[in-house]
Amino acid sequence: MFPELNNLLNTTPDRAEQGKLTLLCDAKTDGSFLVHHFLSFYLKANCKVCFVALIQSFSHYNIVGQKLGVNLTMARERGQLVFLEGLKSAVDVFFQPQEKPHPLQFLREANAGNLKPLFEFVREALKPVGSGEAGWTYPVLLVDDLSVLLSLGLGAVAVLDFIHYCRATVCWELKGNVVVLVHDSGDVEDEENDILLNGLSHQSHLILRAEGLATGFCRDVHGQLRILWRRPSQSTSQRDQSLTYQYKIQDRSVSFFAKGMSPAVL
Amino acid sequence: MAAVATCGGDAGSAGSAVATASKSNVTSFQRRGPRASGTNDSGPRLVSITGTRPSVRNGQLLVSTGLPALDQLLGGGLAVGTVLLIEEDKYNIYSSLLFKYFLAEGIVNGHTLLVASANEDPANILQELPAPLLDDNCKKEFDEDVYNRKTPESNIKMKIAWRYQLLPKMEQIGPVSSSRFGHYYDASKRIPQELIEASKWHGFFLPEKIPSTLKVEPCSLTHGYIKLLQFIQNIIYEEGFDGSNPQKKQKNILRIGIQNLGSPLWGDDICCTENGDSSHSLTKFLYVLRGLLRTSLSVCIITMPTHLIQNKAVIAHITNLSDIVVGLESFIGSERETNPLYKDYHGLIHIRQIPRLNNLVCDESDVKDLGFKLKRKLFTIEWVQDNYLRQERNIYPPGFSYLLKQKDSAWGEGSLQHSTFLMSFLAKATAFASRLVRHSEPLKQTGSGRICQAAGPRLWHDGRRQEAPGLLGIPP
Repeated sequence: MFPELNNLLNTTPDRAEQGKLTLLCDAKTDGSFLVHHFLSFYLKANCKVCFVALIQSFSHYNIVGQKLGVNLTMARERGQLVFLEGLKSAVDVFFQPQEKPHPLQFLREANAGNLKPLFEFVREALKPVGSGEAGWTYPVLLVDDLSVLLSLGLGAVAVLDFIHYCRATVCWELKGNVVVLVHDSGDVEDEENDILLNGLSHQSHLILRAEGLATGFCRDVHGQLRILWRRPSQSTSQRDQSLTYQYKIQDRSVSFFAKGMSPAVL
Repeated sequence: MAAVATCGGDAGSAGSAVATASKSNVTSFQRRGPRASGTNDSGPRLVSITGTRPSVRNGQLLVSTGLPALDQLLGGGLAVGTVLLIEEDKYNIYSSLLFKYFLAEGIVNGHTLLVASANEDPANILQELPAPLLDDNCKKEFDEDVYNRKTPESNIKMKIAWRYQLLPKMEQIGPVSSSRFGHYYDASKRIPQELIEASKWHGFFLPEKIPSTLKVEPCSLTHGYIKLLQFIQNIIYEEGFDGSNPQKKQKNILRIGIQNLGSPLWGDDICCTENGDSSHSLTKFLYVLRGLLRTSLSVCIITMPTHLIQNKAVIAHITNLSDIVVGLESFIGSERETNPLYKDYHGLIHIRQIPRLNNLVCDESDVKDLGFKLKRKLFTIEWVQDNYLRQERNIYPPGFSYLLKQKDSAWGEGSLQHSTFLMSFLAKATAFASRLVRHSEPLKQTGSGRICQAAGPRLWHDGRRQEAPGLLGIPP
């Protein structure tokens, strides 16, 4: 969790909003620092987190999480964190036939499959256990990242359906939050990715967009972050609030500053 | 990801050999190396594997790619458990050279090799590996090389953009006499036969594998890819690289080399058509391969003819599914071969992606314009002198082209007339100097016609150079 980002978003772990879909997107840069931020944020907020990590291994998030002050191993042991490690599960599902449907069952299917088994997994992970549960505040689903699902053969519609089901269950029924990361391919013609990104942009309450600088690589400013607050259900006559900051990623934190106000330049 | 300790943790079994984490709460973030192992915890000593070293940033295990210059650009080396994707140059000359350096490094360090190819027998590939340079011989050659190499350009002050004088030059690394990490190779000699015989290697030659009855149901992966994945998984399990085999505990690195992945010889049509039947076969392969590598002590190099892939979106997917992506662009056959600007170099090397593993930051190098040359049997990577590429790309220092535009509009507009005159004088000088640079199509002439309207700055997209009129007419 980056304290500066919390200030920009005007949230703290104690009083975060519920029932929201947050879209993280990155263009020409790596936006994974936002995923680490939200993971540690919700773990500190004492939420029950289901993390679908499709692109990196558990120890990667664990090591970065330790720098940010959360221990994923402990969280997993006490049941606060349900971690689906996509890479390991893909190896399992690919080499051994499974009896019951596996969350990543679509890897074995020749045609474009659907994500129903994955949704069942998420629902199972986040469903509130009866009394006697150790009182987590609200459930959170975190997906890193959805573009991998597109590159593995699923259609944009299947992924949008999955997010729709997750939102209905997690956001509306269980009053939790959903955070997803999508890569923006920029000027490369990727229709499916554009459909997915546009569809999610219209559904989300908060969009964090990490962009690389237009002038290229810079050692002191790693990119630009655009924050957009939306109200998807209400009328669009009210203007959405938008802010832009530039950032520099350091070893344990990320520092944000207004455009052009990097300490290296001043 | 520090692969060694995580295999013990993730597999859940009774630990792998190297990081026998007897304590259940041993964090996977452990510094490798004998000095740290005995100090804070009473756990077993970590045995260091030959040819590896811990990263200075986070203690992750690194292996050398076989090219010390490339190791330096990648932040010290290739992390164990990752994939290095090389985008081939047009005639597959330098990418196969990098492939061979990687394998030769494995032989010199005593690592196990797994060579997969669809067009060349792995035994032949191993015969053609370059010979390692012994320390005393290559030190002599290096001294000669440094003496003969003229660098007058470095002494001339750059006239146009003074700020760029302060940027660092690429350091030439000399041979380290007692290094166990990163060796130099003589590309003109073959590796001694006894080294190959002493090494342990497995070959996968696609035409030789008999099509067997598939135990898995067809899942849209090409037949060749399925067999290769099964082969790799078999080797990893049988030889204990992932620590799950109770009989075999391995203290070595498996170096996997896959040549020309994605070419039609593998049965994939991704280089032939834009939306083929098996359009996701390659990405699924890369995904499962990544899963195999992350949970074992192995490292993989893949060369891929991405310049043939028709669907550009697929290249973006492939880049996201690989860890390190290096693109090679050779000057052979292009007009730059005869361009005096590039007379010292054989091509350009683009570091397109460096992973952030176990970290928020990554070791990105500051220099982005890198050229390589294969000179005196050594493969070196250098920063191409900045002003030549600037001229080619038609990018002027900020404010310059703006003033040119002012010149072309009617006199009297803007209050910068006097400085415009001075700038136009300089602009004329530059335009004269860049007369050698052909524009692909003549731009509309406005104003007096004495100065051609220069193209605006072309920005980078995706780290690749975008077509600029200053380029000598190379189609992308």
